[in-house]
Amino acid sequence: MAEIIRRSKPLSVSPLKASSTLGASLAFLGLYRAMPMLHGAMGCTAFGKIFLTRHFREPIPIQSTGMDHVATVMGADENVIEGLRTLCEKHKPEVIGLPTTGLPETQGTDIQRLVREFRAAWPQYDHISIIPVNTPDYTGSLESGFALAVEAIIETLVPVSSQAGRRRHQVNVLANASLTPGDIEAIREWCEAFGLRAVVLPDIGDSLDGHLIEAEYATLTAGGTPRDEIVSMGESVATLVIGESLRRAADALRQRTGVPDHHFPHLMGLDACDRFTETLAAITGLTVPARIERQRAQLQDAMVDSHFMTGFLRVALAGEADLLTGLSALLTQSGAQLVAAVAPVSAPSLRTLPCAEVLLGDLQDLERVARANGARFLISNAHADASAERLGLPLLRAGFPQYDRLGAAARVWVGYRGSRATLFDIANLVLEHHHDIPAYRSRFWSGGPREHEMSLSRAAQGDAGMVRH
Amino acid sequence: MKASEIAALKDEPACDHNKVAEKAGCARPEPGATAGGCPFDGAQITLLPIADVAHIVHGPIGCSGNSWDNRGTRSSGPKLYRVGMTTDLTEQDVIMGRGEKRLFHAIKQAADEYAPAAVFVYATCVTAVIGDDLEAVCKAAAARWGVPVVPVDCAGFYGNKNIGNRIAGETLVRHVIGTREPGPTPTLPDIQVHDISLIGEYNIAGEFWKVAPLFDELGLRIIGSISGDARFAEVQTMHRAEASMVVCARALVNVARRVEERWGVPWFEGSFYGVADTSQALRDFARLIGDPDLSARTEALIAREEALAEAALAPWRERLRGKRALLYTGGVKSWSIISALQDLGMTVVASGTRKSSEEDKARIRELMGEDALMLDEGGPKTLLGTYHQHGADILIAGGRNLYTALKARVPFLDINQEREFGYAGYAGMVDLAHQLALSIESPVWEAVRRPAPWAHSKCAGTPLELPVLADVKTLEDEGAVHG
Ligand code: SF4
Repeated sequence: MAEIIRRSKPLSVSPLKASSTLGASLAFLGLYRAMPMLHGAMGCTAFGKIFLTRHFREPIPIQSTGMDHVATVMGADENVIEGLRTLCEKHKPEVIGLPTTGLPETQGTDIQRLVREFRAAWPQYDHISIIPVNTPDYTGSLESGFALAVEAIIETLVPVSSQAGRRRHQVNVLANASLTPGDIEAIREWCEAFGLRAVVLPDIGDSLDGHLIEAEYATLTAGGTPRDEIVSMGESVATLVIGESLRRAADALRQRTGVPDHHFPHLMGLDACDRFTETLAAITGLTVPARIERQRAQLQDAMVDSHFMTGFLRVALAGEADLLTGLSALLTQSGAQLVAAVAPVSAPSLRTLPCAEVLLGDLQDLERVARANGARFLISNAHADASAERLGLPLLRAGFPQYDRLGAAARVWVGYRGSRATLFDIANLVLEHHHDIPAYRSRFWSGGPREHEMSLSRAAQGDAGMVRH
Repeated sequence: MKASEIAALKDEPACDHNKVAEKAGCARPEPGATAGGCPFDGAQITLLPIADVAHIVHGPIGCSGNSWDNRGTRSSGPKLYRVGMTTDLTEQDVIMGRGEKRLFHAIKQAADEYAPAAVFVYATCVTAVIGDDLEAVCKAAAARWGVPVVPVDCAGFYGNKNIGNRIAGETLVRHVIGTREPGPTPTLPDIQVHDISLIGEYNIAGEFWKVAPLFDELGLRIIGSISGDARFAEVQTMHRAEASMVVCARALVNVARRVEERWGVPWFEGSFYGVADTSQALRDFARLIGDPDLSARTEALIAREEALAEAALAPWRERLRGKRALLYTGGVKSWSIISALQDLGMTVVASGTRKSSEEDKARIRELMGEDALMLDEGGPKTLLGTYHQHGADILIAGGRNLYTALKARVPFLDINQEREFGYAGYAGMVDLAHQLALSIESPVWEAVRRPAPWAHSKCAGTPLELPVLADVKTLEDEGAVHG
């Protein structure tokens, strides 16, 4: 049971947090033929676009209600109505996501009412779904904004029904913000191994996985969960909820549809994977397919091979709660120790982390605790590379953003194979940073045949320590 | 900032948009159809490169958290500018009006932990709307914590990125330039050293380091720069330059003008992109300083460097001659890049002018001819349409269009501030040629346009305008597909 230590300093240095508005936008980008439009001044959208573009290396369709000085003083209601009309007319989307930013929220905007006003004024666009969600950037973070958007999508698009189980081979998967497109593909295949068709919400595995499409360009998302599939979620046999951040969204789905749900805080490490596999077996009544058995055995083999490097490894982690929960489980099951954990905002699941304290803070905090607690390994986003350099520690990049590497989207963390890949990566980084024992040179060597080695040794010892193999 | 002050910024006399009846460049954003950053973004582009300053973003996490350490500018020394700092206001701070207090202590924390040369504080939308008095807090903090604290009033809703550049310039003129005297001009045995300054050069990807040695050689000491690889104490002394250059940045002309008015520093506009423009810039410095010996040495240096560049560029010119480029920069640097591309023997088929002033456009016409094609709008449809229509070989644009181009299987060169390669000066031209050829000549384009051997459908990358689906359907009717 970890204690949560709140932020006490006035300045956030090297922020770990990205905004809830951005998280909501990301969730909407997982819907088919969709476009998020941020309610606020245009800069938030520009930053969000660059953030996601650089992380996924994909074009990102995203718009703004473009609040200017006049709108800020006189009221920005008209910006929302006009923005919605422009999007409907110009791009003909199926879904418009409408997350708010801090600026209109400070003014007390009523985004739900504005959508109703738009509906009344422009009935010809009734076929286009509009999903407003309150995500001022002074509350929550990327993960919570994402979760709020998923909840809003469910409340808006999933009809109240009692058809649960009508589609006997369909399951719902609610996917939290920490899952990569690669993760989602892996989960889909996992379900398919049991003959189940997964409706993943939101499905950035289909929209942001990075594939060339036949058309030259798309002004809306070119993949993602189609709206009619979301509507059909009420007929699935079960809902698999990945990530504690989606608990409220999951409750909403169950209440609307009565589809039974199964909660998985994460899908990293043998135990979590086994639970997921067992659940799929129970839902379908099938025995576990041989290829899953094989993947499981492969993970076990990797655990054995890598335990020399992961055992007693003192790890410092920084990221959002769902990611921390998964990684810390994988690490501790491999013999590693979690000596520092930092999250951008609070979440109930943080209490379950296998460490004494979880700090709510930034990368400056991570660096400080990692140093104080003698961490030997860092896991965080790409911004942490400066800290890793100063600490002289290897860094495994996880979470948002990862600007400086290719393949962040393709990377698989979940499942037997994803867990195996993570263990290999950790082990390889540890090997690369292995410190050889510095050679000892006796003072009695001087004057003897090794005399000339003495001066060499002093120079060499100057930069002793890091030996790369 | 009051509405009248924002209007005044837009009315800046050096802004040519003014002469256009409808003030095209300063138009209101259209909801649902906007593009581009806010004034906070623009202010950071201009000020963040001052490397030994603590840059504190006052507001909730959205502004800083989503954007810090996301810029291409480089420092030869301090790395403080790369450390993201924000007051990260919570809902409680906003409701209870605790923003100013938090900021006051945040400045102390930054000063204590990092001993910065100065602290710059950026206002953002929420802190502007709840009425935090940035100026007063900064003043109090400076007095209390003994470090210069500079307020930058650049809330996002004031306008676009350009206005932010201008606000940043105004801020430096009001609070920084002229607040310190430079040390004596150093002496060299055989040449007279002159002090100069640069305005609007951001040392993206370290590109200015390709030019800086030339200034050293000529005995031109850069006493201050806005703001590539700059230090606060140097920016303070920029009023003592003998001549100043505005480096392709219309938005900062106001700085040059003010410094000229107050301290009589002459200035010119120029660019370091392309052989011809680089030479011209060096000549202009010599001309403004009016030292005949400097002029003679400048000509000698130009002759030498141009000859070297010619030799290095010759093989690249062979490969790039006749290649056609579509340029979309959003306007600001268009003309300087056009001349660089023409230097390489390439044809520029069209140029973006969304943010260009009338004067910029006149220069573009001068370079590309009277019927130069100018694009005011840079949506994917327009860009790719123009690209195909004019048989272009490469799209040159900012990072936000990078993946649009790649998805369309179109060679691309990134020229915006997040890019990773520097193209300034004589040496930069060779790198520019190298990058252009690298993308244009890459074998991947052929591979990604080739359909799978078993597919009967059209070649991938078919423009959307073509009735692709209808075609397939007709083919299907004729049994040509899946048949
Ligand atoms: S538009 Fe306003 S809230 Fe958004 S990033 Fe710019 S300053 Fe921050």
